[in-house]
Amino acid sequence: MAIDLTTLSVRSIREGLTSRDFSAAELADAAFERIEKVDTQVHAFNSLSRDLATTAAARIDALVAEGAELPPLAGVPTAFKDNMNLVGTRTTCSSKILESYESVYDCTAVRLMIDAGALPIGKCNMDEFAFGSSTENSAFGPTHNPWDLERVPGGSSGGSAAAVAAGEAVLSLGSDTGGSIRQPGALTGTVAMKPTYGRVSRYGVVAFASSLDQIGPFSKTVEECAEAMNVICAHDVMDATSVDRGAEDFTAHLRDGVKGLRVGIVRDLLDLEGCDPKVRERVLESVESLANLGAEVGEVNLPSTQYGLPAYYIIGPAEASSNLARFDGIRYGHRVKDAEDVIDLYMRSRAEGFGPESIRRIMLGTYALSAGYYDAYYGQAQKVRTLIIRDFERAFADFDVLVTPTSPTTAFKIGEKAADPVAMYLSDVYTIPVNLAGIPAVSVPCGTVDGLPVGLQIMGTHFSEATVLRAGHAVEAASGFVPVPPLVATLS
Amino acid sequence: MAISEEQVRHVAMLARLGLADDQFAALGVELNDILVQIDRISALDLTGVEPTAHAVAVTNVTRADVVRPCLSHEDALLNAPEQQDGAFLIPTFGS
Repeated sequence: MAIDLTTLSVRSIREGLTSRDFSAAELADAAFERIEKVDTQVHAFNSLSRDLATTAAARIDALVAEGAELPPLAGVPTAFKDNMNLVGTRTTCSSKILESYESVYDCTAVRLMIDAGALPIGKCNMDEFAFGSSTENSAFGPTHNPWDLERVPGGSSGGSAAAVAAGEAVLSLGSDTGGSIRQPGALTGTVAMKPTYGRVSRYGVVAFASSLDQIGPFSKTVEECAEAMNVICAHDVMDATSVDRGAEDFTAHLRDGVKGLRVGIVRDLLDLEGCDPKVRERVLESVESLANLGAEVGEVNLPSTQYGLPAYYIIGPAEASSNLARFDGIRYGHRVKDAEDVIDLYMRSRAEGFGPESIRRIMLGTYALSAGYYDAYYGQAQKVRTLIIRDFERAFADFDVLVTPTSPTTAFKIGEKAADPVAMYLSDVYTIPVNLAGIPAVSVPCGTVDGLPVGLQIMGTHFSEATVLRAGHAVEAASGFVPVPPLVATLS
Repeated sequence: MAISEEQVRHVAMLARLGLADDQFAALGVELNDILVQIDRISALDLTGVEPTAHAVAVTNVTRADVVRPCLSHEDALLNAPEQQDGAFLIPTFGS
């Protein structure tokens, strides 16, 4: 039978494998056929991993043949952001400096997905080193939004988001430092989660800002998000910030409803000038639907979050400038051929290898950390971080979850904000405070504006993912959002 | 705080970025645009507020002092742009 990935879920794949409607090998083939058909237009992928997918599928098909119990993500075609190492693939971070870098070990979260039965389909396009909100900063060209190919999918995990939206993969992983999972999730109509800092091991994901980075999943539904979270949330001795809390089943209470759940609308963030009024409307409709289901809705302000963006544009680049010092043309990466001495080698290899946004952020971070400026910038940003955390603590004393739009606008046109870094940075105004506070948040599609998806951001206190997802499930059910972008509709 | 072209050149040296002359002026303009936004927090009086380095309380993690598998010599050199006798090759220091 012909397999249409766009109609399959983690659950229906399991059922189909068990009842032998299709094999895991056929699922992998279906993913690659789909990619062949649409990826020239979408450009979600930097590279494909057919051999790895074939091997993973053979393992699942052997389990089916034995009648053995299948692992939780058996046969699920899965894509990974190209900053996650996986032996047998290149890990380029969409940068010229790592264009030919071969992974020599596996990222823990990727390994957990594959061990759980996922089929590794390929590596996804991104803003170079995750610096951006549109995936236009890729050295290999932009990714296009499956809802409108002239628009961006968001970023930096735009390839991972577009791959799921376009039905090229059923699940994908991205990384989120200031919104890089949730914002593309909102712009592509996918469910996208940033877990609590420390929930998911960062081992093997190329570091951007170590105190903010976190890996999380993209999926079409909240249930599948929970299923992926069950797999990737695990303690890892290879990441010293990994938290050991034992296993938790995020699917267990998804359907418990929101009766009595205290939902706080973040009024001052919702009222931000740059927020599209129609986006605001969809968000308020979603909250209304939660109230109709018995949630206790109120309002709260997070006044210090107005300083989130400037604090982030110190802390992020400062940590990035330090993390990216390793790309020196000696152990790996691009290297000029005719260096006079080692300093000349560093200077020219890095200038040639990094793209414009990477150079901008390295410069900004280096400046912020340089002698005489440290206290005024980095020190001050870390204090602002404390204020933002206090705001959230106060809000979570009164509310179980807080909601805002995920992004102030729907997907914008390719090129629209590319020449204005400050306008681009504003795309993440709702998502950044979450990373600074280290709390979990999910973006759930809650409707459309002019045919483009809108995401509702649901935030919870540390380690409250189960509650956040339960609220997300209710929003999803009430919104009636059908995750079928035009590109999928025209091909099906 | 505005950043001068001279400072841009100094920071590029600190960051080991060998930029071309025309890049310094453009970067100066872009960085100043961003710094205008950032200066909103430089002006805040945050006396007495403790800085936060990590949002989730973290403590030092140590492991048992036992040998365990690590990257092989071959894998460590796999991506080396230049190597010789099982080592990374670099040009001379200084001149």
